[in-house]
Amino acid sequence: MLSVFVSVVRRDLLLAWRRRSDVLTALGFFLLVTSLFPLGVGPEPDQLSRIAAGVMWVAALLATLLSVQRLFESDEADGTLEQMLLSVEPLAVIVLAKVCAYWLLTGLPLVVIAPLIALQFNLSPDETLIVCATLLIGTPTLSLLGAVGASLTLGLRGGGALIALLVLPLYVPLLIFGAGAVDAWRAGLGVQSHLALLGACLLVAFAVCPLASAAALRIAQD
Amino acid sequence: MSDSPLSAARVPSAGFSLFHYASPQTFFPLAGKLLWPCWIAALLLTVAGLYTAFFVAPTDATQGDSYRIIFIHVPAAWMSMVIYMAMAFWCAVGLVFNTRLSFMMSSALAPTGALWAFIALWTGALWGKPTWGTYWVWDARLTSELILFFLYCGYMALQAAIDDPRRADRAGALIAIVGAINVPIIYFSVKWWNTLHQGSSVSMTQSPTMATTMLTGMLLMALAAWAYTIGVALVRVRAIMIERERHTDWVRQLSQAGSNGDMNA
Repeated sequence: MLSVFVSVVRRDLLLAWRRRSDVLTALGFFLLVTSLFPLGVGPEPDQLSRIAAGVMWVAALLATLLSVQRLFESDEADGTLEQMLLSVEPLAVIVLAKVCAYWLLTGLPLVVIAPLIALQFNLSPDETLIVCATLLIGTPTLSLLGAVGASLTLGLRGGGALIALLVLPLYVPLLIFGAGAVDAWRAGLGVQSHLALLGACLLVAFAVCPLASAAALRIAQD
Repeated sequence: MSDSPLSAARVPSAGFSLFHYASPQTFFPLAGKLLWPCWIAALLLTVAGLYTAFFVAPTDATQGDSYRIIFIHVPAAWMSMVIYMAMAFWCAVGLVFNTRLSFMMSSALAPTGALWAFIALWTGALWGKPTWGTYWVWDARLTSELILFFLYCGYMALQAAIDDPRRADRAGALIAIVGAINVPIIYFSVKWWNTLHQGSSVSMTQSPTMATTMLTGMLLMALAAWAYTIGVALVRVRAIMIERERHTDWVRQLSQAGSNGDMNA
């Protein structure tokens, strides 16, 4: 079980390495969207630092949404997905491995690049650390929930808009806890509760989403 | 497959079986018989409820007559939540027992649930203007109702995007169940978010206790909403049954009988 997990992760990372531009698209999207906000709402530093966490979180949601819909696409196109469905190993483990690889390729770079955007939005070092921490705990959950949406909409017409309609409502709690952490810290409350709630969301998603996604893949390929 | 004709034939007519009405063939006439009682109950309860609402219930001390929108608003909000739970329930039953009818029931309920959610939002906005001075506040209940409306839309959009009914049923069921797990999380997250922001000082929980007649009117309207929902869901599920089972013998017989003027037989 562990060996299949490792080999799927390694395979997906290798495939991504061979087509690097796909990975950079989501990151570029994240950078671009966050850069648009100062142009839209005005460059006052106070205002920017007030909306920074929310903007970064919304941009992270959209960047995930944009890239996650291709999670199973190439596997379906070249027949790998059928082999995965026929495999004796549990499908949920394979899905989890794919989500892990996906998060390493798109979620983690967002977290890494977030301080740069925080700098543009006039956040203090403490606040930057908080935003990065929430993104670090929150983006895996985004990937897990996105995988459910991706497997449900696999091969459907209008997949992009559909996955947004399915997944974005489920992202609401994460957005609230993630973006709320900085506000709570400014209000003098601790950030621990927000981080703990994000962690709780991650654990629930970790338990439910691979199974739901595997079930959805079986439905899609029935 | 409890809903195949074979197992339906195996069910003895004397003993009660949980799955007797799980087949479209046996459920169709039952749904037809239940329709009229639902419509009559809905009509009578609506008349009684509206009479209580407009003529019996007193004018509110603080809100005047504008509070009377509560008689449609609160039942609509209740129904939107109950129907989502019912949908998720039927989806779970369908996935566990592999009964087609459960999925049909679920997709028959979804448009009505979305309609109630929309009515709750709309009437809430109209109620908010005279009492709070604004059509919309980002209150926990309003926001979670809005998200519930989006969840209904997602379920219906997913079903509409899939041509194969079997896949549509199962994929829809999955998202309905995942949504149902998420509904409490969404509600509490929005609630805590709202207390932290404290944007508006509107609180709906601090309203004074209601007069008994107001409560009676509201309950009557809620029961009317139940009766209407059940009736309209039965109509829709009958339509779905006929559409999906159009190649089977019982629908063919039904259409022959229908041309003789008796659809309930």
